[in-house]
Amino acid sequence: MSTYFTEDHEWIRVDGDTGTVGISAYAAKALGDVVFVELPDVGTEFDKGDEAAVVESVKAASEVYTPVGGEVIEVNDALEDAPETVNASPDGEGWFLKLKIADSDELSSLMDEAKYKAYCADL
Amino acid sequence: MATETAKCCDVPMTDLKTTALHEMHVALDAKMVPFAGYDMPVQYPMGVLQEHLHTREKAGLFDVSHMGQVFIMADDKSFATAAKALEKLVPADIQSLEPGQQRYSQFLNEEGGILDDLMISRLAMPGYEHALYLVVNAGCKAEDYAHLEAHLPDGVRMMVKDDTLSLIALQGPIAVEVLRQFNPAVADLVFMTHTDLELKGPLDTPIWAHVSRSGYTGEDGYEISVKHDDVVRLTKALLAHVDVEMIGLGARDSLRLEAGLCLYGHDIDTTVSPIEAGLFWSIQKHRRSEDAGYFGAKRVASDLADKSTKRLVGIKPEGRAPAREHTEVQDMAGNTIGVVTSGGFGPTAGGPVAMGYVARKFTKAGTPVQLIVRGKARPATIVKLPFAPHNYYRGA
Repeated sequence: MSTYFTEDHEWIRVDGDTGTVGISAYAAKALGDVVFVELPDVGTEFDKGDEAAVVESVKAASEVYTPVGGEVIEVNDALEDAPETVNASPDGEGWFLKLKIADSDELSSLMDEAKYKAYCADL
Repeated sequence: MATETAKCCDVPMTDLKTTALHEMHVALDAKMVPFAGYDMPVQYPMGVLQEHLHTREKAGLFDVSHMGQVFIMADDKSFATAAKALEKLVPADIQSLEPGQQRYSQFLNEEGGILDDLMISRLAMPGYEHALYLVVNAGCKAEDYAHLEAHLPDGVRMMVKDDTLSLIALQGPIAVEVLRQFNPAVADLVFMTHTDLELKGPLDTPIWAHVSRSGYTGEDGYEISVKHDDVVRLTKALLAHVDVEMIGLGARDSLRLEAGLCLYGHDIDTTVSPIEAGLFWSIQKHRRSEDAGYFGAKRVASDLADKSTKRLVGIKPEGRAPAREHTEVQDMAGNTIGVVTSGGFGPTAGGPVAMGYVARKFTKAGTPVQLIVRGKARPATIVKLPFAPHNYYRGA
């Protein structure tokens, strides 16, 4: 399994043609306490970069974009009642949704973990 | 992921002003943002949610030195002269203010729209009982000063003190316990009164301060005006108390929203009158007639009589989704009836809270409405403000 990152701080963990999507620890910290997460319906098809979810802190709402295109096959319903999981475990239990990746070539435009770390260090 | 940054004014970063506590905010690792032309702390490492809860449970300390502080006095040293001059610009009764009393009011334009909201105090210091002290919003202060300059008559002067005075707010249930260690007399003040005194206690040398029992959180607490030269020392001494934490503008906003207090530029502006904004209570009875003699008196009187005008109300969204500013409010049939002017998550309320304007016939508490959040209609209810009960000290 490999994990890739976007410049907008989403991550996608790839297992075969399934990708699990969440926001990075850097993003979760920058947002502050997450109080609400809005997830898409299972079955929704997204292109790379589409707005797939919304994450809200006390102060503001932020959009979560899909790192690659695909169909939503599962969403993390547990976030509805426990949005704080995004802060507690951004790269684990705080995942947002799972995609059936439409075109794995799109992954090549994303950053691997080392690159993403360097990218955040420069921000 | 894209994060909206709260933007207040289009001031270039390089031209941002700083308060006397700026270095301290940075040293405390605050997240600094441009606000009303100042580089201000929006939150500290504790985070907005915990800062909010800490203020409601213990005591929070806020740097509000970006706000404008101005004195008004008449050359003839008569309080009545100064009070009458100010009464031309605000709907509140000023002449009846006793020394040491404070009132909330608004600067109105000739059409009755709100130019700014402000606190007005009559000083109690011997020899200065004729003077008025005003605290105005940072984002409006330049216009406020110009407005005063243009409309105060000959013989009444204003003195802007932003170059010498800082302002901090200590808010929360233990604020009184903390500040009384600096001077026990502050415990005797009741809500919306003030005094001038020396703060000593833990301080090496005393600091002269203007202390008022008021604030913008719904909690008991104080606003303390001291010289720039003294504010760092006082802030450090207050922070030395184990239960006092610095609180940023983020929690200041969620605290005032739960308390049902208006934020200028959002809930109130020149498009609404104080009656529409639910500020009826701040206009004393004899100031409600159209010939009361201040700018906008006609609008105040007509909005009071005209049931068709809109009103500011509390709106409680069902579920967990916050409804932010500009969210459309609809009746259950899908007709637009208003708009959210402040909305977010209320940490004390434990869920989303909002304020906004709705057409008069929908203002009754309990009225079901719909909020259009990202294209989806979500159920909500009109409620009485505030969302968190006020804990003001009105006397033993």
